[in-house]
Amino acid sequence: MSSLEKRLAAEKRFKFYGMFAMTLSLFFVLILMYKIFSTGSGAFVRTTINADVYFDPNFIEVSSNSSKKEIMKASYVDLADQVINQNHPGLDEENFIKVREMYTRKFDYQLRDYIANNPNVIGKTVNLDISASSDLDQIVKGNYPRNVPEAQRKINDYQLSILDSLDSKGKMSKTFNFWFFTNGDSRDPETAGILGALMGSFYALLICFSFAFPIGLLASVYLEEFVKPGKITDIIEVNINNLAAVPSIVYGLLGLGMLIGVFGMPYQVPLVGGLVLGFMTLPTIIIASRASLRGVPPSIREGALAVGATKMQTVFHHVIPLSLPGTLTGTIIGMAQALGETAPLLLVGMVAFVMEIPGGAFDPATGLPSQIYLWSESAERGFLEKTSAGIMLLLSFLIIMNTVAVLVRRKLEVKW
Amino acid sequence: MVDQNSNYALQTSEVYVHYGKKMAINNVALNFPKNEVTSLIGPSGCGKSTFLRCLNRMNDVIDICNVKGKFLLNGNVDIYSPDIQVETLREKVGMVFQKPNPFPKTIYENVAYGPKIHGIASSQNELDEIVKDSLHRAGLYEEVKDRMDDIATGLSGGQQQRLCIARAIAIRPEIILMDEPCSALDPIATAKIEDLINELRENYTIIIVTHSMSQASRVSSKTAFFHLGNLVEYGETGKIFTKPDKEQTNDYITGRFG
Repeated sequence: MSSLEKRLAAEKRFKFYGMFAMTLSLFFVLILMYKIFSTGSGAFVRTTINADVYFDPNFIEVSSNSSKKEIMKASYVDLADQVINQNHPGLDEENFIKVREMYTRKFDYQLRDYIANNPNVIGKTVNLDISASSDLDQIVKGNYPRNVPEAQRKINDYQLSILDSLDSKGKMSKTFNFWFFTNGDSRDPETAGILGALMGSFYALLICFSFAFPIGLLASVYLEEFVKPGKITDIIEVNINNLAAVPSIVYGLLGLGMLIGVFGMPYQVPLVGGLVLGFMTLPTIIIASRASLRGVPPSIREGALAVGATKMQTVFHHVIPLSLPGTLTGTIIGMAQALGETAPLLLVGMVAFVMEIPGGAFDPATGLPSQIYLWSESAERGFLEKTSAGIMLLLSFLIIMNTVAVLVRRKLEVKW
Repeated sequence: MVDQNSNYALQTSEVYVHYGKKMAINNVALNFPKNEVTSLIGPSGCGKSTFLRCLNRMNDVIDICNVKGKFLLNGNVDIYSPDIQVETLREKVGMVFQKPNPFPKTIYENVAYGPKIHGIASSQNELDEIVKDSLHRAGLYEEVKDRMDDIATGLSGGQQQRLCIARAIAIRPEIILMDEPCSALDPIATAKIEDLINELRENYTIIIVTHSMSQASRVSSKTAFFHLGNLVEYGETGKIFTKPDKEQTNDYITGRFG
């Protein structure tokens, strides 16, 4: 073989290696996506049981004239039991419990919410779709096998026979699971939602941005435009670059030790989580911002100085506006990273069971990644779907943020 | 020697400039007569641009640059005195750079920026008037009057450079420094700028650094020839280009070196 042929063959081989590596990585991404989507899609659908609900005034503590607050405070457990007795007549006590288990434990809350929205329904009969319990839901979705011995099943033979008879009457149906998007966390998979964690992450990122962006921007402007380069700036530069690579759990420890330990800030709140994420994002923002400040041509600074602008005017009127697209891109990417960070949230306590949707940065909350972590640890099969659905949501937010970063850069970038 | 009661816009003497340890200007003394164009010529690295940048203290930005010497504006203002604000100096001594450097903002904002920060205009109308007048003087108004809100970086190179001249004269300087203003332009745009310099000399003292000897002879009445940081010869442009006193000058202008 001639030398040229050898070189060309080497090139061909190299191309093949490249394509092989590409295909392989694409394959793994596809497997990951398939796994997440096939498991998670179930979380968006909920099994319901159709039932005639007679809002019997004898079992309701409130009347249609009661205030919304009274309606929300009252108990509807008896009404729920009554509805089950009506729809499944002639149950003995043992079988009643079995049938009750087929419906969601939050049956009474579902009735309460319906009354709160339609107070004059009391005394009337309405046809409602009641949410099934998570175990029944999993049987219907086929995630729990039916053909195993009764002892290994969460749904026993009696419940299965009831299910089949309901199904043959066309009473079983599926509905879009809005609860996943509107509820906070819950012990019961069928009513557990992501909104609490979403709001927790939102407040944490808000704090993170308002803390890290101004400080990062000003620090980089000072380092890049005002301070004279020397030993001290070299040391600072090396340290900033190192801080960008420090594992996030270290920042979590910093938050636990300093913010909570020394400053006495509360545990579990997005304020502390956001500040810790802010510490973590700060070096990223400074590095991105310095790079984009360096990208502003010196001729612009000279032009402004030559018409008699002060250093400060030059920087704030011309240099910063021109560097902003790069700074914002860096900030958004840093924030996307912060959104997915779990370890710092674990250390500052944003990983507890929180049912209420946080109304601000001072309310106890979880974050998206810590909620996913919490669900992944739960034993019920119903939470497995929620885990994957949570990951889907987290990934969509990351994709959206990164797309915004690219668009910002394209839209605002100045061409020279 | 510094002449206290002269018709000079700017007088300099005993000027030394060092970049770190390296000497860039070695004992230069040069006076610039009012309302005349003086060109600084010489081979690359001879220090002519460095000297020019001393005159509005643009070298202050460079940390390692060290300037010594006497610089008198209008015979009495020492521009390196600690009492002088560099911003007020630059209000009097404007500058146009080698590469057109308009701000990536609108044409209007480019010209209005200087008057705005110095508070020259007391009303929006006055500011509009200054912008219009400056663009007129820079010979650009007719070309851009319908697109004052367009981004300036969309203009052609020659237009951008004239915009930079308009930006410089909008703050009503006494002296305009030009650092090879045509080196990035084509011959037609260059001719326009040269015509403009001829018109501007009536109201401003102009000091221009140029690599083109024909340009120096076309636009300037006085010429200074620099070589290796020394001022070799200074005199009437006509004389420098026809009967220079020094051998070195003669060699340079006839193209034997440089």
